[in-house]
Amino acid sequence: MDWTWFHRLASPPHIYRVAGTLTPWFAWPAGLLIVSALYAGLFLAPPDYQQGEGFRMIYVHAPSAWLSVMIYGVMATAAAVGLIWRMKVAHAAAASCAAIGASFTFVSLVTGMLWGKPMWGTYWVWDPRLTAQLVLLILYLGYMALRSGIDDLGRADRASAVLAIIGVVNLPIIRYSVEWWNSIHQAPSVMKMERPSMPFDMLAPLLMMLLGFTLLFAAVMLVRMRAEVLRRERGASWVKEVVS
Amino acid sequence: MRDFFAMGGYAAFLWPAYAVTFAVVAWNIIAARRAHQQALAEARRRFSADADGDAP
Amino acid sequence: MSAWAGVLWRDLRLALRRPGQVVHPLAFFAVVALLFTLGYTPELGKLRQIAPGVLWVGALLASQLSLDGLFREDAEDGTLEQMVLSGQPLAALVLGKTAAHWVITGLPLTLMAPVVGFALGVPVAAMPGILCALALGTVSLSLIGAMGASLTLGVRRGGVLLSLLTLPLAVPVLIFGARATELAIAGEGLIGVLYLLGSLAVLALTLAPLAAAAAVRIGLE
Repeated sequence: MDWTWFHRLASPPHIYRVAGTLTPWFAWPAGLLIVSALYAGLFLAPPDYQQGEGFRMIYVHAPSAWLSVMIYGVMATAAAVGLIWRMKVAHAAAASCAAIGASFTFVSLVTGMLWGKPMWGTYWVWDPRLTAQLVLLILYLGYMALRSGIDDLGRADRASAVLAIIGVVNLPIIRYSVEWWNSIHQAPSVMKMERPSMPFDMLAPLLMMLLGFTLLFAAVMLVRMRAEVLRRERGASWVKEVVS
Repeated sequence: MRDFFAMGGYAAFLWPAYAVTFAVVAWNIIAARRAHQQALAEARRRFSADADGDAP
Repeated sequence: MSAWAGVLWRDLRLALRRPGQVVHPLAFFAVVALLFTLGYTPELGKLRQIAPGVLWVGALLASQLSLDGLFREDAEDGTLEQMVLSGQPLAALVLGKTAAHWVITGLPLTLMAPVVGFALGVPVAAMPGILCALALGTVSLSLIGAMGASLTLGVRRGGVLLSLLTLPLAVPVLIFGARATELAIAGEGLIGVLYLLGSLAVLALTLAPLAAAAAVRIGLE
């Protein structure tokens, strides 16, 4: 099998160029989708029969919660690729995921709390979803702290990659154990998000938001990755061509 | 219009949530672009220093 | 003698020369329980309700105390590099060191738990269950700690970072362990939860040495 495409993909100048070309192709659809989902979600979707207008929280809470978990998956996959094939570009990709993922985990916590106040009467309930998100945020912070704690870049890359993979094995166990813990202590059970029949004009803006946020993440990550690649490759001749 | 902003009494929770979300979205976009600009500027500085003969 | 047993004996002999390694976590465990009591209430009936949490958080934090030096000391005097170069499977050597850590901290903490539990109003009938739960749980805690200690090898003053890395991973152990203790105190069957704790320990036994060995290699480069 011909592997040249793989090595071409892994070469920093190629990645830098491709990422630059791809960014607008993700960014513009993302902006378009998010703006129209905002309009559809806030104006067109009918109020919920149980939660009234309060259900519109889902259009910001669900996308950020989805991103927080998906970005961790992307980060761990990139880290594993970097570790197994010793691919520096993959480590750059993993490094550029962490801050984005942490920021959306934070958003999902804040919006979850703001949703909780009118629904449960208090900002914080030890709801399994919120608790698991809190642990996820700590995992992200640990990953970033470990990365910045090691001076040597190559070592920081590989050590944090091992941590990301450990985290991926642990996340399902943590989520399961937190849910189990919650079911035993019977804290108020909550947010009925998985309703079988969400009417189409409620569901459509949600799906648009989910897709829009995913594309937005792709665009932001590509820009961060270009910065990361530039910083790692400083002094390389292709960088000279790029900046001049 | 006023009804819209009142959001059936949920305004105090809904609008801050939207504000936080889009503030973080904006931060992500700005921070990523700034990181890229800084990396470019640093590379530029480095190569102009090279041209002056400071570095090998 | 197999490689991992050799490392285990060596670390245990080293620990005998420094009994502080064994005593400090135990004293810490006792102090945590004392502080909880002083900060809450002397009523045994109320203390019994929070005893599972106090026992497990105390054991969890106490077992983290000596982790920072688990690989660092051997890395500084070059022993760890010798182990990596010895041709023996590094995961087995890491497992040996982790086993030593468990014998030095996890096992004494487990054995001391009845004393602390007694002071918190835990009935004697609950002690066998609590001993089983802590014995299984501390195995996982030592293994999780070994992963954290190996990851922070390259970090100067990694102590705080180490707990930031290991504590979230210890969440399932804490949840199942505290639940087992709660059931034991209530006098109900806890065998199901012990199975869960046991499967966590088996999972950690299979995966953690590999991850820690990979991290040690990275840390020594």
